[in-house]
Amino acid sequence: MAKMNLLQAINNALDIAMAKHDNVYSFGEDTGAFGGVFRATSGLTEKYGRHRNFNTPLVEQGILGFANGLASQGSYAVAEIQFGDYIFPAFDQIVNESAKFRYRSGNEFNVGGLTIRTPYGGGIAGGHYHSQSPEAYFAHTPGLKIVMPRNPYMAKGLLLSAIFDKNPVLFMEPKRLYRASVGEVPEEEYTLELGKADLVKEGKDITVLAWGAQVEMAEKAAEMAAKDGIDCEVIDLVSLLPWDVDTVAESVRKTGRLIITQEAPITGGFASEVAATIQDQCFLYLESPIARVCGLDTPYPLSHEKEYFVDHLKVYEAIKASMTY
Amino acid sequence: MAKDKQHQLDIVTKPQFIDGSALKIPMLQLLAEDGTIRKGAELPEMDKELALKIFDTMQFIRILDERMIAAQRQGRISFYLSSLGEEAASIGSAAALTDGDMIMGQYREQGALAFRGFTVEQFMNQLFSNERDLGKGRQMPVHYGCADLNFMTIASPLATQIPQATGYAYGQKMDKTGNCTICYFGEGAASEGDFHAALNMAAVYKVPAIFFCRNNGYAISTPSQGEQYAGDGIAPRGVAYGMKTIRVDGNDVFAVYQATQLARKLAVEENEPVLIEGMSYRMAGHSTSDDPTGYRTRDEEDAWRAKDPVVRFQKWLQAQGWINEDEAQKNYDEKKAAVLAALKSAETVPVPHIDEIIEDVYDTPPPHLKQQLEALKAHIRKYPEAYPKTASRIDGGDK
Repeated sequence: MAKMNLLQAINNALDIAMAKHDNVYSFGEDTGAFGGVFRATSGLTEKYGRHRNFNTPLVEQGILGFANGLASQGSYAVAEIQFGDYIFPAFDQIVNESAKFRYRSGNEFNVGGLTIRTPYGGGIAGGHYHSQSPEAYFAHTPGLKIVMPRNPYMAKGLLLSAIFDKNPVLFMEPKRLYRASVGEVPEEEYTLELGKADLVKEGKDITVLAWGAQVEMAEKAAEMAAKDGIDCEVIDLVSLLPWDVDTVAESVRKTGRLIITQEAPITGGFASEVAATIQDQCFLYLESPIARVCGLDTPYPLSHEKEYFVDHLKVYEAIKASMTY
Repeated sequence: MAKDKQHQLDIVTKPQFIDGSALKIPMLQLLAEDGTIRKGAELPEMDKELALKIFDTMQFIRILDERMIAAQRQGRISFYLSSLGEEAASIGSAAALTDGDMIMGQYREQGALAFRGFTVEQFMNQLFSNERDLGKGRQMPVHYGCADLNFMTIASPLATQIPQATGYAYGQKMDKTGNCTICYFGEGAASEGDFHAALNMAAVYKVPAIFFCRNNGYAISTPSQGEQYAGDGIAPRGVAYGMKTIRVDGNDVFAVYQATQLARKLAVEENEPVLIEGMSYRMAGHSTSDDPTGYRTRDEEDAWRAKDPVVRFQKWLQAQGWINEDEAQKNYDEKKAAVLAALKSAETVPVPHIDEIIEDVYDTPPPHLKQQLEALKAHIRKYPEAYPKTASRIDGGDK
């Protein structure tokens, strides 16, 4: 075991993947010798050469188009989009190409070797264009897998699974936690199953569900609630597509209450999808309405970031409201 | 030679590849690096008043950039982008336009905005995201915008403004405004699909637009030559799209001024869009978030320091007898004092009232946003200490 922050865990996973197979390639804007603006790809050019870890020209649609082609050829393409906010020029390549490559060709061709890494999320004074959580746009796209880790241990195991998974995976990294989240991580290779939620804290009174950086807010809120005698069960959804309905439903059947919290705006967010499915599966067990604690339906503002941010206090208030419904 | 009539092509009978480096576009330079006029060059007409206004703006931007990088280091603002080394490109080009012409920038054109008349207080209000910021404190520092000055608000996504410039210019043409749109972007942004769409559409529709590429050598850490592009820079792309194109020394304010003046004439009088590639160098980091020592050498920076656009212009002004060292220093000191005073004043101005959070998503806030605001305000009242910037006057009348 070694102490790593989330960036180091990601770097370590890339290192292991590239050592394992010669046809794993890592690329994106500034990701070459410089190591990326967050340094997630540091040292990989030195170790594997500039033909395996390299800079791309500044063109996201090109990065994803190139990555789709490379993956369709049988290689493992790990493409970095510098910020999730800048993924949209590549939307066509991801939604119409990556996601449909296998289906449209009757499995004659596929881009299973594709992994898209991108930092997402707010709380870093990033304003409109360095703060967004665009997972819901992609969760509406059959054919993609979406993974959002919450800590270094999860990030490494999940990224290794994502890279070698037989499907294109969008791997969204919580940039607020890149350096802030530090933990023990095995130095050797290991994988964590995609599509499987993770029970963070067992409890009996209410289920609090989150993913990525928002799990931290759920945990903090659960600690506050514990002082009021409320025993929260905290679940990290981990994968949004496909998502682990059974784990969440089982928890809600036990607690009878569910809070879903996400950073993104509330309308059309993934929390809404979870709420719809869980009310369908657990209707007779529910003791209060499923509540969503989410961002406002506005762009992500800079000077009102603290107010916009879905902090632990907002989650805590929702827990109390649900308990006294 | 035989002709293909349908496509108006010459016909050849032997395979003939055009080399990728066949088109070499020269660079216009009027003022040599030592501030003297290049042999054979004729400077465009520029009176003393305009020359000194350009120099004043250059000095101001230098001070602003230097002070705000320091302010970011001190934690007083969250972020900053310097335009050090590229002052001639943005200020020299803006000087060749009229105030009615639209400017669409990338984010390193504070010089063009200052030339238009954006005040030091307006700069500071944006940089401190306070309630006097025209953008209502919503965007990161340096995302300026001002409708009165015809300066479109900056967006962080790269190259999105380039096709918008084509569309804006189309509207200007249809309305017969007699104005054009100038659009700035870096050589990195010129890799984006939006750049290609923009130039193609501008050439097809014949719009009065000037596309000004600031080729400053780097896109964050990625060097232009060999990693951003393999060809002869950005200029040949204009030719490929059927557009008048010129490459200038971006550190020579006269070359920039002359090229933009002629481009404006082509754009406005003949509806000919123009591509200008200004060759320059980003002397600072991309932003306060990166350290250039990680990706380039000091020798390289020193070589470019010798081509400094502001020093070069000052030498010429002094040779003209339009300014001397003492006057330049006095101007510098006055501007520095004004920048410091505005900085101190702007940082004490509060952020916008919380009610502003739902404004401008639409022309008027729909009911669901009003409900979300009320819920947020109730929450802030409950935990005022957690939201100190807005809690103290959440119910005050001083919105």
